[in-house]
Amino acid sequence: MFDPLEDSPMRDSFKPQSRIGQLFGLRGWTGIIAALAIIAFVAPLLNLVVPAGSALHVSDYAVSLLGKIMCYAILALAMDLIWGYTGILSLGHGAFFALGGYAFGMYLMRQIGLDGVYHSELPDFMVFLDWKAYPWYWSFTDHIGYAAALVVLVPGVLAFVFGYFAFRSRIKGVYFSIITQAMTFAFMLLFFRNDTGFGGNNGFTDFKRIIGVPIHTSEMRMTLFVITGLVLVGTLILARYLVTSKFGRVLTAIRDAESRVMFSGYDPLWYKLAIWTLSAVIAGIAGALYVPQVGIINPGEMSPAMSIEIAIWVAVGGRGTLVGAILGAFLVNGAKSWFTVAFPEYWLFFLGAIFIAVTLFLPQGVIGLLKTLRNKKSASATAVEVAA
Amino acid sequence: MNAAVTAEAVEGQNLPGGADAAAYGHVRTAGVDTSHGPILYLDDISVSFDGFKALNKLTLTIEAGELRVIIGPNGAGKTTMMDVITGKTRPDAGTAFFGQTIDLLRMSEPQIAHAGIGRKFQKPTVFENHTVFENLELAMKTDKRVKSTLWSKLDSAAWDRIAATLELIRLSNQFDRLAGLLSHGQKQWLEIGMLLMQEPKLLLLDEPVAGMTDAETERTAELFNTLAGKHSLIVVEHDMDFVSRIARTVTVLHEGSVLAEGPMDVVQNDARVIEVYLGR
Repeated sequence: MFDPLEDSPMRDSFKPQSRIGQLFGLRGWTGIIAALAIIAFVAPLLNLVVPAGSALHVSDYAVSLLGKIMCYAILALAMDLIWGYTGILSLGHGAFFALGGYAFGMYLMRQIGLDGVYHSELPDFMVFLDWKAYPWYWSFTDHIGYAAALVVLVPGVLAFVFGYFAFRSRIKGVYFSIITQAMTFAFMLLFFRNDTGFGGNNGFTDFKRIIGVPIHTSEMRMTLFVITGLVLVGTLILARYLVTSKFGRVLTAIRDAESRVMFSGYDPLWYKLAIWTLSAVIAGIAGALYVPQVGIINPGEMSPAMSIEIAIWVAVGGRGTLVGAILGAFLVNGAKSWFTVAFPEYWLFFLGAIFIAVTLFLPQGVIGLLKTLRNKKSASATAVEVAA
Repeated sequence: MNAAVTAEAVEGQNLPGGADAAAYGHVRTAGVDTSHGPILYLDDISVSFDGFKALNKLTLTIEAGELRVIIGPNGAGKTTMMDVITGKTRPDAGTAFFGQTIDLLRMSEPQIAHAGIGRKFQKPTVFENHTVFENLELAMKTDKRVKSTLWSKLDSAAWDRIAATLELIRLSNQFDRLAGLLSHGQKQWLEIGMLLMQEPKLLLLDEPVAGMTDAETERTAELFNTLAGKHSLIVVEHDMDFVSRIARTVTVLHEGSVLAEGPMDVVQNDARVIEVYLGR
């Protein structure tokens, strides 16, 4: 094979990336395969086969908690793509997450059928409002394929249109963050209204089944858990491909020196729009997986605080590392589920404290800390070798 | 007559390497029509910011293949002029043409970059979190739309070009270092290298030797002298020693318009120039 760099130093150490096998190192792939094995085999085994009395049994509560946190981890990956790699801080990703959740929730509401409190064709909240028929935008939502398309299209189209105007007007930095925050707040107010037709402040709940199969069984819970885990791993691989491709290098270049990118002949608008829309779609999918596992979706998910929390997960784990986003989602939400039981009043103070501590002491997040420690260790190991 | 080329047409064009197409003092290049000589016309350009006239009826013509040095005190409008040429600032009045046919005032920054104008900033601007190699790769002239970057792979010709540019800017042995770790002078060189990877017809260089050592400055002067003829260059610089080493024609800007223009020694002895600039 012709090799133009045969005699150059580039030959030895430059490894072009973006081939699937090279997306992760050996350790990375080992981790991914281990995670897949745990998600697809170990967890189902320990939950469904090992009897409840055994010490190895994983409870249904743990399964649904982990399933929920994995949804958050997918959401955190979406955030890391747009914030960590492209430098655009979105404080409105909760809206995309919730819209995906509502889109799938519509299907789940239709699946209740006549089993609601009022035994009507319509969901209870519509009966309560004395509506006689579904509004037009509920059409076809009894088909799971259509609902799945909505999960992707609603956040995707919204993000595309919103992003097009924002990026074309060159709205950047904190101004962009503020309008995304305003966007999610506006959606929250809209969805709080009963007339909007999405259940007002109660949202959707009391789901009974998916594709005719009862939802409140261990098997269904485990199925959703496995699907979520696979989507999480799939999203990680996709994101890793993107950020190691030339596309990803342009994104990072936009983050670091947007004017240079423009004067190099790239139009940042389309790059930002592409990653922003993809990020919103991923958030929507995370929301759709979240709703059946948690059993409820309401406008609270669109509150500004929720969207800020997403950014905190990513900051805690480490921006621009992907794995850090997943780690951050697990750490913060793990802490949250313990804290809100032990000291329910103090959770928000604690969250604020974490954020301040991370900003001051760990600008690269937990992943950055681990890297520093590893470098120190290898540096001292080399020092020992040299001394010996 | 020639209608102004629309931005889309410029972007869609595949310009074959025009860098070596110099002949008889005219640079014949596809895309940019320089058949009548000049590669850049600025005519009566005015820009004002909140009442301050940054450019005041500036008229300037650059011949194809020329190396033009622009000097002038702070606030004379040098950087604003570059902003107008590259599409960053829209003038209040005037016309700006690239070659005979390309109306710069109707194009965005990326479109102007595609048409063949490269710009180096006053403060060296490179992608600090990318390696030197990746910086050059990103700058390289190629299809720069989103779709093509998703599957892009470097072919051997591209490797060769990057390797050659690395050689030229003397960063071959630093190719896998992060650009943010380079010295100030090296960053300047890298940015110049990135410009060359774009294969521009016209290079705008804002204080290219600021922060360079004497040896680096000397090499930069050599490089610019070899580039002139193949490319057209506009260099803004304060380092008079450097200017005298590269200058053929010097333009002095003052308060947003041209104060004097001509060979270095003539301009240096111009009484008005001495008063506003050199004599201080």
